[in-house]
Amino acid sequence: MKQYTIAVLVNNQFGVLNRVTSMFRRRQFNISALSVSETESIEYSRITVTFDGEELSKQQLVNQLYKLPDVVSIKDFSDQSSLSFDLLLIKMKNEPATREEIRAAAQAFNAEIVDYYKDSMTFRLTDNPRRIDDFINLMRDYTILEICRSGSVSLEKGSTTIKQIINL
Amino acid sequence: MILSGSDILVKVLIEQGAKTVFGYPGGQVINIYDSLYKFQDEINHVLTAHEQGAVHAADGFARSTGEVGVCIATSGPGATNLVTGIATAYLDSIPLVAITGNVPTTQIGTDSFQEIDITGVTLPITKHNYFVGSVEELADTIREAFRLAKSGRPGPVLIDIPKDVQVKKCEFTESTKVDAEPTKAAKDIRIQEAAALINASRRPFIYFGGGMLVSAAQKEMLELADKIDAPIGCSLMGLSGIPTEHPRFLGMQGMHGHYASSMGMHHSDLIISLGVRFNDRVTGNRAKFAVGTPIIHIDIDGSELSKTVNTTVGLRGNIKETLEKLLTLVNEDKKDEWQAKISQFKAEEVEYQDNRDGMTPRNALLTLNKYLGPNTPVATDVGQHQMWAAQTVKLVNPRRFISSGGLGTMGFGMGAAIGASYGTGEKSVLITGDGSFGMCLNEMATAVSHNVPMVILLLNNGVLGMVRQWQTLFFDKHYSNTVLDARKTDFVALSKAFGADGQLVTTVEELDAALDKAFKAAGPYLIDCRIDRDEFVLPMLPPGGSMDDIIVKVGD
Repeated sequence: MKQYTIAVLVNNQFGVLNRVTSMFRRRQFNISALSVSETESIEYSRITVTFDGEELSKQQLVNQLYKLPDVVSIKDFSDQSSLSFDLLLIKMKNEPATREEIRAAAQAFNAEIVDYYKDSMTFRLTDNPRRIDDFINLMRDYTILEICRSGSVSLEKGSTTIKQIINL
Repeated sequence: MILSGSDILVKVLIEQGAKTVFGYPGGQVINIYDSLYKFQDEINHVLTAHEQGAVHAADGFARSTGEVGVCIATSGPGATNLVTGIATAYLDSIPLVAITGNVPTTQIGTDSFQEIDITGVTLPITKHNYFVGSVEELADTIREAFRLAKSGRPGPVLIDIPKDVQVKKCEFTESTKVDAEPTKAAKDIRIQEAAALINASRRPFIYFGGGMLVSAAQKEMLELADKIDAPIGCSLMGLSGIPTEHPRFLGMQGMHGHYASSMGMHHSDLIISLGVRFNDRVTGNRAKFAVGTPIIHIDIDGSELSKTVNTTVGLRGNIKETLEKLLTLVNEDKKDEWQAKISQFKAEEVEYQDNRDGMTPRNALLTLNKYLGPNTPVATDVGQHQMWAAQTVKLVNPRRFISSGGLGTMGFGMGAAIGASYGTGEKSVLITGDGSFGMCLNEMATAVSHNVPMVILLLNNGVLGMVRQWQTLFFDKHYSNTVLDARKTDFVALSKAFGADGQLVTTVEELDAALDKAFKAAGPYLIDCRIDRDEFVLPMLPPGGSMDDIIVKVGD
């Protein structure tokens, strides 16, 4: 099993997300993160999916996705030469004994305090998925009240764009 | 001109060449049926007994003509009754446009009477589907649906049209029949790689499926076979792709395939596959299939390459054009040793052949063969009779064997045979069994009301024979729910009750006489042909087995 992240550029229409995720369901892939947004063009939206699977089944999944008429192009971001970022909001219990340690850790990760109460503090961190995992793991030594995390958004480095990828 | 949505729908169907459509009216398609009434001089609507009959008929029409089949159903149960037929077409890559009505857009999502989310239901069994939200987008959506259905690897497309979209009016601009998207030959480098493998091969085997028929590549395939001296086999979906009696043709592959065909592929040193998908019914145990034998695979659908078995050279492209290019690169070569081996397999097959006298399934079908014309469409249902038909029926021209391969839909045959008769203008033949026929025999009403010329050969053994065969072989003869003795159906009386003619036969001589009568009859004619319940479909490759496990005789 390996983790993959692919971006799927699709026609911006209702039901398209369903068609794309349905393909993951049919091939029994569990989606671990998903993000959907409009793009530079109102015609297209971009679905970024992170999932675990085997290389062969992933290739088959991508081949099947290409057959959906609403799919414009697909980019595999599983290799290293890409820019991938997640957004994390993490709400920690705020108590005098741990407050400074948590703040120091947050500072080291460039996580920003976006909400501060007597008994809680919430940090925002935007970083690559592995760094976010590291930060969450660090916070596990303290009391985590709640976590909310976006799926990855990914772009290729350099001037290449997803629309330049030729089908299969 | 300003037209209503329902008028636009019917005008575009006519524009797209749909001269005959199949369907069943209902509350949310009344407007469409009013437009069909209005344009009845230009489009023929065939009323079936059930929506499932309509979609199978559209499917049979499409399989026999290569054109897009069209069916119409109302919302809710009308739409869900299409589901089995749409899935049947999906798995066999048949071009269909299924049209459903739905409740008005203002009521969508409120669980109204006969409202169902049919685009949601059919998502995994259609090539694509559409919910038409406004009358302005209707005409182009239908054109797009036809284009998609027949482009590349064909398939079913569903269009869901809410009632208010059928009623509302807008400007309509006439257009012309859409073409399938052009396809190209595979990449030259792949063709060169394939040619190198072929030129190095001493025992090549050509294996084709339904995709070869879609590409109409018979001529090129035969040229290749002649040039490299290769035998040819096919999948169930490939049947009728070349004449049964062609000297290079060894017959169907797979679980119940011809012995010589299966052995030929098993002993080949190169498999050249055209428009197939290496289904488990063909390969048996995939881990033991063609071990060490290189595979060349040409298919219009790139996702089929290396999907189930590893392909040595995968060529994504139009089969006909790819073969044309390939032909220029392969060397002419006689392979006497290989042909001798093939002749030996053929001789062994003759030895295993069922040559008993009397009313055996094989003798029944050999008798039928005497009456088949080169263009007679032969439809089947699913089960033992289907495999006997696939093994025995003599076919000459392409698109004349009409059978549910991928989904294996019992009840497919009645509708499909009706559709094929409309598609070809020929008398069609349905070979069925008492189990399958029992599922959709209501379509006898359709055959009678339209006086459809068709011969129904019902191989009646009073059991669900295929499951029973497995129970005999693998379940200690526990005949759980496969014996139909409690049924007292008199199929001849039933046929007469529907207004058709029919006859019971128990001997080959009686069958011969009945077929003579049936082929002379103007409308539907049913022959209740009694066969023994312990007849087996042989040879049989046990599920999960390999060629070494082939069963050629029972009781050995």
